[in-house]
Amino acid sequence: MELNVIGQDASQATESSCASGSCGSSNDQMDTIPQEIKDKVKNHPCYSEEAHHYFARMHVAVAPACNIQCHYCNRKYDCSNESRPGVVSELLTPEEAVLKTKAVAATIPQMTVLGIAGPGDPLANPERTFDTFRMLSEQAPDIKLCVSTNGLALPDAVEELSKHNIDHVTITINTVDPDIGAQIYPWIYWNNKRIFGRKGAKILIEQQQKGLEMLIAKGILVKVNSVMIPGVNDEHLKEVSRVVKSKGAFLHNVMPLISEAEHGTFYGIMGPRGPDPEELQDLQDACAGDMNMMRHCRQCRADAVGLLGEDRGEEFTLDKIAEMNIDYDEAMKKRAVIHQGILEELEEKEQKRARLKGAEVPAASVATRPVKMAVATSGGGLINQHFGHATEFLVYEASSTGVRFISHRKVDQYCIGGDTCGEKESALSGSIRALQGCEAVLCSKIGYEPWSLLEDAGIQPNGEHAMEPIEEAIMAVYEEMRVDGRLDQVPEQIAELAKA
Amino acid sequence: MALSIVDSCVNCWACYDVCPSDAIYESKPHFKISARKCTECEGDYAQPQCASICPIEEAILDASGAPMNPLGTLTGIPPEKMAEAMQEIQAR
Repeated sequence: MELNVIGQDASQATESSCASGSCGSSNDQMDTIPQEIKDKVKNHPCYSEEAHHYFARMHVAVAPACNIQCHYCNRKYDCSNESRPGVVSELLTPEEAVLKTKAVAATIPQMTVLGIAGPGDPLANPERTFDTFRMLSEQAPDIKLCVSTNGLALPDAVEELSKHNIDHVTITINTVDPDIGAQIYPWIYWNNKRIFGRKGAKILIEQQQKGLEMLIAKGILVKVNSVMIPGVNDEHLKEVSRVVKSKGAFLHNVMPLISEAEHGTFYGIMGPRGPDPEELQDLQDACAGDMNMMRHCRQCRADAVGLLGEDRGEEFTLDKIAEMNIDYDEAMKKRAVIHQGILEELEEKEQKRARLKGAEVPAASVATRPVKMAVATSGGGLINQHFGHATEFLVYEASSTGVRFISHRKVDQYCIGGDTCGEKESALSGSIRALQGCEAVLCSKIGYEPWSLLEDAGIQPNGEHAMEPIEEAIMAVYEEMRVDGRLDQVPEQIAELAKA
Repeated sequence: MALSIVDSCVNCWACYDVCPSDAIYESKPHFKISARKCTECEGDYAQPQCASICPIEEAILDASGAPMNPLGTLTGIPPEKMAEAMQEIQAR
């Protein structure tokens, strides 16, 4: 059965009137983005839901210094088991970063994008950041460069940014209101002073907005990241979305706050906790009304390597790189062939989707309730991962109008370093918690123990669609549920979640 | 008259970049301030620059050994709350 995966249709996007976002206003496909921008980002895993299954990215940690403090960040911890921004294991000099980038690009030819994202703020480390970009532009011209910043030093950096191979900049904008800013940013370092509270937040906001406008004027693509902080900026992010879109940002990425006491951050200690997946989805749906949203963001470490959601950094430590003998000219030839192959495959899929667009979806004749299902995948758009190996699940929503990607859910693994490292709650209960709200989980295989625990939790494990394309398998399961009459009533645990 | 860096330093380089006297140098296990070169920014800035950008409370001390940024002043986390949370985590 061929199925239509719902694309973005702004005309259908309404305010929050459509319950659980099941009205077909999914914005995670990039349909409303102009063709020239699509062409620029088609091999960028962070910007395209499609591309991230095929292309890989890496971050090099050359930018340790920061010029602001955010209440969700703590620079004290470095633990290899943690995966969140601001955490790295090994700081690199620009020269080391270039060596590492070339080693990764030769070993993982799908790697198309090199980003500098910290662990501090790249533009608070202009020399280290721009030295790295300059050398890479010369030595590895087939790699796209991008940078992520809090925006404070952005206006002064725009000229230099426009000189390198950088056509994407990400600005983290959590607010456009200084009063809200004062609850997120305790201080900034500005004009040789530490400036606290609202006054500092106001300067930061002005610099972010000015930087955004200057980048757009230069023709550089801008993505905006926002951290959803429940009770602080959650409602306000709809306004942020509207403002940054009106100024020309092409994507808005609303990410959940990561906040546990173990992190030692202000929010971790004082609250709030991060939003639950439903709250996040509701806000993303609400913001989607006037903004292109992305939902596959993994909030990577500032030294992550590989496909989104995976981290192969361990294979490329400085000692290991020293032993590799990289002939980059040779590697570039190989990379070009592989990139071409992937792009052709993506093009084929795109054409197939275009053909199917408007084709009738069989189940659409009678409107049935939407169902969330989780998938264990290691990439390639296939159901190809063992349940027990999944460190995250992709969550899709099936309804009588098709399938749409909703979010990824991490299986939490936190530690505070030292002796407590490795003492985490059993991975299984973490997995089950991550699947809250889902009625089925599709994976290549699953063990007996998790099978029965999942059933007890009201989540149907399903290993019958191993190696099948995700959307088709989900629609097949949905169709089975329809035939079995399981769409006629909402299961108890789902109804309870909706009430909460 | 000189400031000093103690072992809570996380080696983030921020102070190194802003020191007007080139008094800060990379060292193991953490950055250090040359007492000979440090002027506490007198004549250059109203506030010592390293202590104005350092994100870690109590990592930089004044000449008398008192922290330039006491506990709670940068993160806004009351020290007793932090202690409470850490105790709770250790007890798990």
